Amino acid sequence: MLIDTFLYNFGQYILLLKSAIAKPERFSMYYKETVRQMDAIGVGSVFIVLLISVFIGMVTAVQFADQLGDSFIPSYYIGYIVRDITIIEMAPTITCLVLAGKVGSNLAAEIGGMRQKEHIDAMEIMGVNTAAYLIMPKVIAAVLVIPLLVAISAFVSIIGGYLATVLPGSISHTEYVLGLRSFFVPRYVFIMFVKAGVFAFLLTSVSCYFGYYVKGGSIELGEASTSAVVVSNVLILLFDFIIALLLT
Amino acid sequence: MIRTENLHKSFGDNHVLKGVSAEFHAGKPNLIIGSSGAGKTVLLKLLIGLFRPSEGAVFYGDTNLFSLDDKDIRSIRMKVGMLFQGNALFDSMTVGENIRFPMDMFTRLSLKDKNRRVDECLEMVNMEGINDRYPSEVSGGMQKRVGIARAMVLEPKYLFCDEPNSGLDPQTSILIDELICDLTNRNNITTVINTHDMNSVMGIGDNILLLKNGKVAWTGDKSQVLESDNKVLEDFIFASPFLRRLREDALKQRQGG
Ligand SMILES: Nc1ncnc2c1ncn2[C@@H]1O[C@H](COP(=O)(O)OP(=O)(O)OP(=O)(O)O)[C@@H](O)[C@H]1O
Ligand SMILES: [Mg+2]
Repeated sequence: MLIDTFLYNFGQYILLLKSAIAKPERFSMYYKETVRQMDAIGVGSVFIVLLISVFIGMVTAVQFADQLGDSFIPSYYIGYIVRDITIIEMAPTITCLVLAGKVGSNLAAEIGGMRQKEHIDAMEIMGVNTAAYLIMPKVIAAVLVIPLLVAISAFVSIIGGYLATVLPGSISHTEYVLGLRSFFVPRYVFIMFVKAGVFAFLLTSVSCYFGYYVKGGSIELGEASTSAVVVSNVLILLFDFIIALLLT
Repeated sequence: MIRTENLHKSFGDNHVLKGVSAEFHAGKPNLIIGSSGAGKTVLLKLLIGLFRPSEGAVFYGDTNLFSLDDKDIRSIRMKVGMLFQGNALFDSMTVGENIRFPMDMFTRLSLKDKNRRVDECLEMVNMEGINDRYPSEVSGGMQKRVGIARAMVLEPKYLFCDEPNSGLDPQTSILIDELICDLTNRNNITTVINTHDMNSVMGIGDNILLLKNGKVAWTGDKSQVLESDNKVLEDFIFASPFLRRLREDALKQRQGG
């Protein structure tokens, strides 16, 4: 039963993506929609990303400082650990989990509402490839913008770590900065962008899928929105693991 | 011309259409009538391929709509205008943007030309000047007329109207009927209209198809309506005592004269 539902949804998702990859009827319309989505997804999420990122950095720093305790590990390692953990894991994963909640539920509700109010049918009648017009701009916008948000998140997290350790005097400014500049592996930044791009694709396409095939009324719309977030989150963590296996 | 062949459609074990064969001609309004729940909307959505039939076929000229791939279906649909029973106006766009949308998507006209055409279409349905309002800010009847304007904006060869005059006052409703009729004649459009409005039936019913229990119960034109002794048609059209009396008088007069 469960496996049935999974296979059915997976197949339908792949077919939807296939029909979403098509030549735009009118490039300017897709371009306009992409820019609108970049604004909604990107600019619309900056504040929440800044907020969570400060906390991510602070928590990472404080907890690692506690674990170091009186060990022989030099305390400038705090800067080094905060930098690597946020870049490679915290910034892409937590940001995208939060965005799946914010952006994903929004997209599923938007597209699902259009389905229920026959807007999608109306566009189909006009000859519009609705899978392409409604999904492609959103996915492209997300894949362009979310990695930027993630980069901002990593940067702000590192500042958060600084605030939580240097200000109270746990370590000195010089130590934290020394840590930041030690053992830098540029490949980790690459991994961060790969994760951000993959997660962005997953959370938008999955959310659009749940909205596109919604049936029934407002209860089903709510359920679709919830499924969009839950499934996106699970997939983000699954692919987090897969990417970690492949790239480290 | 659009032709259907033995169309069946079921939803689960609800058999809505049970073998509908019909022809819809160009240049005159084709009416589908029938009581609420008879399957008019379902038939209309089959005609344009929003539903797939359980059995049977729909022909545009000689092409079977359901043998085409998505791309070819879309090229037919670009010649189609449709008014939905619930209007289906895009609620986050203004009235003007709604009507402009098909042009934005499929033409290379300049913004000025597009806006001129929008004004033209709004004028056609007697709704000039409401371009900047949102669909939620105009009345139901006005939305209906905007829906017709949007359906007409690209000068379709096929026009489908699902209850174009439900919820309109009698005067406006006749106006809309005349408008659709006029456009149909002028541009030689194949127009299919769902209705249960008796004024429309008697006013523009050049080719009427009566649906009952998923089957075609009667076909004919408005002049045959009064004379037909088809029981289903009689029950449907002359449901009101007023119309029944009118008809009896007419028949009596004819016998007397
Ligand atoms: N999407 C759908 N899923 C399941 N059943 C449907 C669907 N659409 C229509 N039906 C069923 O098909 C039957 C005919 O519905 P339809 O909307 O065609 O009626 P109608 O003739 O247009 O009525 P009205 O005059 O009230 O608009 C109804 O029994 C309805 O329950
Ligand atoms: Mg109907």
